[in-house]
Amino acid sequence: MIKAIESSGVTKSFGATLALDDITFSVNESEIFGFIGPDGAGKTTLFRIITTLLVPDKGNMKVLGMDSITDYKELRKNIGYMPGRFSLYQDLSVEENLNFYATVFGTTVEENYELISDIYSHIEPFKKRLAGKLSGGMKQKLALSCALIHKPRLLILDEPTTGVDAVSRSEFWDMLGKLRKYNITIIVSTPYMDEAIRCNRVALIQDGKLLSVDTPQNIKAGFSRKLFTVKSTEKYKLLKTLRKNQEVLTAYPFGDSMHVTLKNDSSEKSVLDYLMREGITDAVIREADAGIEDRFLELMENGFKA
Amino acid sequence: MSEKVIYVKNLVKKFGSFVANDNLSFEVYSGEIFGFLGANGAGKTTAIRILSGLSKPTSGEVSIAGFDAYRQTEQIKKNIGYMCQKFSLYEDLTVKENIILYGGIYGMSKLLIKERMAGLLAKLHFQKDENRMISDLPLGLRQKLAFSVALLHEPKIVFLDEPTGGVDPITRRQFWETIYETSSRGITVFVTTHYMDEAEYCDRISIMSEGKIVALDTPENLKKQYNAASVEDVFIKIARP
Amino acid sequence: MKRFLGFVKKEFLHIFRDYRTLFILFGIPAAQILIFGYAVSTDIKNAGVAVLDVSHDEITQKLTDKIFSSGFFKRTETLLNYNDIDKAFKKGKTKAVIVYEDDFGKKLISEGKASLSIISDGSEPNTATLITNYTTSIVNDFSMEISGPGVKNLVKISPEVKMLYNPALKSHFMFVPGVITLILILICALMTSVTITREKEFGTMEVLLVSPLRPIQIILGKVMPYFFLSFVNVLMILMLSWLVFGLPVKGSIVLLLAECMLYILMSLTLGILISTVSKTMQQAIFISLIGLMLPTVLLSGFIYPIENMPKIYDYVSSVLPPRYFIVIIKNIMIKGTGFMYIWKETLILTVMTLVFIGLSVRNFKIRLE
Repeated sequence: MIKAIESSGVTKSFGATLALDDITFSVNESEIFGFIGPDGAGKTTLFRIITTLLVPDKGNMKVLGMDSITDYKELRKNIGYMPGRFSLYQDLSVEENLNFYATVFGTTVEENYELISDIYSHIEPFKKRLAGKLSGGMKQKLALSCALIHKPRLLILDEPTTGVDAVSRSEFWDMLGKLRKYNITIIVSTPYMDEAIRCNRVALIQDGKLLSVDTPQNIKAGFSRKLFTVKSTEKYKLLKTLRKNQEVLTAYPFGDSMHVTLKNDSSEKSVLDYLMREGITDAVIREADAGIEDRFLELMENGFKA
Repeated sequence: MSEKVIYVKNLVKKFGSFVANDNLSFEVYSGEIFGFLGANGAGKTTAIRILSGLSKPTSGEVSIAGFDAYRQTEQIKKNIGYMCQKFSLYEDLTVKENIILYGGIYGMSKLLIKERMAGLLAKLHFQKDENRMISDLPLGLRQKLAFSVALLHEPKIVFLDEPTGGVDPITRRQFWETIYETSSRGITVFVTTHYMDEAEYCDRISIMSEGKIVALDTPENLKKQYNAASVEDVFIKIARP
Repeated sequence: MKRFLGFVKKEFLHIFRDYRTLFILFGIPAAQILIFGYAVSTDIKNAGVAVLDVSHDEITQKLTDKIFSSGFFKRTETLLNYNDIDKAFKKGKTKAVIVYEDDFGKKLISEGKASLSIISDGSEPNTATLITNYTTSIVNDFSMEISGPGVKNLVKISPEVKMLYNPALKSHFMFVPGVITLILILICALMTSVTITREKEFGTMEVLLVSPLRPIQIILGKVMPYFFLSFVNVLMILMLSWLVFGLPVKGSIVLLLAECMLYILMSLTLGILISTVSKTMQQAIFISLIGLMLPTVLLSGFIYPIENMPKIYDYVSSVLPPRYFIVIIKNIMIKGTGFMYIWKETLILTVMTLVFIGLSVRNFKIRLE
């Protein structure tokens, strides 16, 4: 089985800025593969190399078994690409956009309608509306439909959920999940760590480097210490107090609790006692399982500082 | 007893026949971190523009820092700080030039600007870099700088519109620590965000849907009320019809 | 007040840091002054004049010599009969023809008067008037010279002036074809220069690139609609010229329309070429408008004849498409010539179009760098 993507030593600079540093990874066919990392991590640059729009300075990028530099013409027929910015024609209607992309790829909307029917049904009632007048969530769905309409073997989505509310994001991932049965390989990038678990495998990327490439479960399991959650009603005071404690290694706010790691051999009880002494009487501390973001933070701390 | 810095009663904003804000009522107190959430198109941006003195309500009572939103928009603007999405600093100016510019716009004296600038730069450990161009700085740093500049004139309220979009997790948390620290100084922080975990950092949150406020309480209470494990779950339950 | 000054200071900083704007702010006026100074000249130099001399006597020789030694004129050809005059003008190099009547010299000596005709190409009214005036004054000078000092009855040579093609010397015979030339190239180049750049700016170009579409398809696909729309434009412009200014189309309308469409095609592909080198729409619009307008107005022979300019401008002008189209359009509309007289210019425009297309395809970036 050929790999959908094989990247080896891909490096790219723009002037003095090193955007990608020795990127090596592979993606299997039919996987949903996620790139998780903040702005400036290099996700868009990497995607542009995969879609043949940029050429790496060093290294080799093989997509669908073909070379991304020499075989670009053939590759461009087989990829569905949804770039970061909204890039559909704002002054054409939903219908007109979809028809355009179908025709450009030598097919018709009817031919592959089944593929997009779930997604398109949400926006079909608005099919005569100009794309520029759609809400963020609907634009996303249209862009996805247009990228899929020619039944590509590889679907590349660059930050499709950025700037969109939590409900739309969740729906979007549901739609991606349903595409699996068509054996389309899907590559997605996102700054939202919680979306990692919706992928088969994930690459954590920061400052042009890959911090880790594995299944979400394995990444979480890679967390090297015990993780504790500490809750209290006075969040800011809790944070400052924890940071002062000698036994605390790291303390990060995570929503309604603090995620804390301790130096070796320290126990929860001693931390609790310390908090009591400092005037925080309602603290609750528990051991917890590490999430992707905890692991990301750990990897960042260990030498990949921003 | 905390002072009410934002007072909104039956706020309505219409654009033609479209009702963007439908009878909003809420209050925000000094030193509070208030999270303003909602789906895209729910009417958040419209409401924030009214609260920050950039547009006028169609009807209803709105008072910001004690100033009336109909007749005293100029005073409102002088007494609030505003940081819009990503950043609002000029990329082709240096750090120092931006600070001096905004200080001037806020009506601060040269001496005061100099004083505050020194403090700001010291806090960010940025004293040697005051002449760097904004475009040369990484996103996280720009964010922090923009926030500091929004607070330069020590306003009573600061409005943050999606301040942590796209930033790495460490910087995001550092930013929120700055928000905590700001609120502990008695400055009210009114923030919108798409990161649901950030909603948990707020003292109280409101969720807007289709022009109305459908929830307003502390994150804890909302989670109990909707039997949800996280604010995200609450959001998914009620933010969309 | 302090607020205001702070704001003004910021604006200055923006301007000084934007090198492109500075260049336009100071570079363009400087260039304009230089071009204006040299190109614009209302004197005549080297105007082409032909002579039709059926008398061939000593006096006509002397007068002819005097005319050409003035330095204003250049002798183009010697005509043999009246019918050749029209052809001479249509070739384009001759701006005026001097016709001596039969037995000019004899009549002058025996009767004390003789007449000659100055026939000028009225399609360039300014030049025609100047040539006529200069020639007339040289002829009068000559009259006085051969009369001799102290003679009471001056020998009279009466020049009869005739403006061909434009007897009333309507200046819009000169302007309107020139304006048509200018408008067509500006509008067409502007339209297409923006269209590709717009896709780049809005981000839709990225998606177009990752598709089976080839650059030539994208380029021609963008030219097509504007080509058809411009045809309607041309019809409208010609209609207005005729109705409002009374501008005739002496020659074949079909030929005129065909040449217009060629010119339009050339302008559209020029616009595409501009868009392949522009990063933003603002740049594209700038280059199209500023880059094309001034040279077209000043250097294409639209208002100021190219012959009057220093040689170097002649070379510069030879790469400007409008220069050739003005010749074509004036010939067909005002002089009524057929294709035979304008095949060279047509060929040049065709070659230019093909070159623009070729360069555009080559420049078209198939990748994002």
